[in-house]
Amino acid sequence: MTIGLGHYLTLAAVLFTIGIFGIFLNRKNVIIILMSIELILLAVNINLVAFSAFLGDLVGQVFALLVLTVAAGEAAIGLAILVVYFRNRGSIAVEDINLMKG
Amino acid sequence: MAAAAFFFYIFAAVAVASAVMVITSRNPVHSVLYLILCFFNAAGLFILLGAEFLAMILVVVYVGAVMVLFLFVVMMLDIDFTELRQGMLNYLPIGGTIGLILLVELLLALGTWAISPDAARIVAAPAPALDGLTNTEALGQILYTKYVYFFQAAGLVLLVAMIGAIVLTLRHKQGVKRQDIDAQVARRPATAIEIRKVGPGQGI
Repeated sequence: MTIGLGHYLTLAAVLFTIGIFGIFLNRKNVIIILMSIELILLAVNINLVAFSAFLGDLVGQVFALLVLTVAAGEAAIGLAILVVYFRNRGSIAVEDINLMKG
Repeated sequence: MAAAAFFFYIFAAVAVASAVMVITSRNPVHSVLYLILCFFNAAGLFILLGAEFLAMILVVVYVGAVMVLFLFVVMMLDIDFTELRQGMLNYLPIGGTIGLILLVELLLALGTWAISPDAARIVAAPAPALDGLTNTEALGQILYTKYVYFFQAAGLVLLVAMIGAIVLTLRHKQGVKRQDIDAQVARRPATAIEIRKVGPGQGI
């Protein structure tokens, strides 16, 4: 049985869903939410690379590189905000983040 | 081909299992370690797809830098994680429903799509044959020529992220002596020294 594009797309869909589910499941823990976002971006990358490989077009991999860059920046900024928040409040519970009443 | 299928199923199964462990693990440190395992398996999948460069970038940048950053932050913050897990089961029904709906929708979309026959004609940057050029060389040849602005934009994103992270976390402690170069340069003899006439037999 040969592995086709559909196999990779299914795997990416499953990983994406696990990421979304993780955000809902860990509503209080920002760290796990950030990790779920990383999972979602990984699923997107698998999609991009799979299409790139099966269509024979390298642009997909170039774009996956940008997604990787943005994910790294997002993780750095997110963790910096987390550290500052913890320094000020002594907690990282998401439900407490309502100072601006937005 | 059978070996490729075998490895695909191994990598996919471990990636999905470790992703599930990431979101259900009791200890965030374990979550980070499972996420690292997941990224390693994704790197294996990328190698199966012939994207070696991205696989190596995933291992070096993601596992080597971003996940270690996560690990640092998780271990540095002194948090009572058991308290954070309270009420996790309350979110299980709605999260499960939304996740299930999303998965079904995605799989339904997967079941009916087809690649347009024109797709092969409009390829923007054809991937070279594997015997002629390695994946890294081919990627470099288009990344530094045709997509150079794209590449610069990626660098700019990283610069902004770096400056943002530094600005957010830098703090000046009170009471620490620092060198103030402006004050040193602006110093003049008139402000620096004071001449007093001391009469004989008197102190200052």
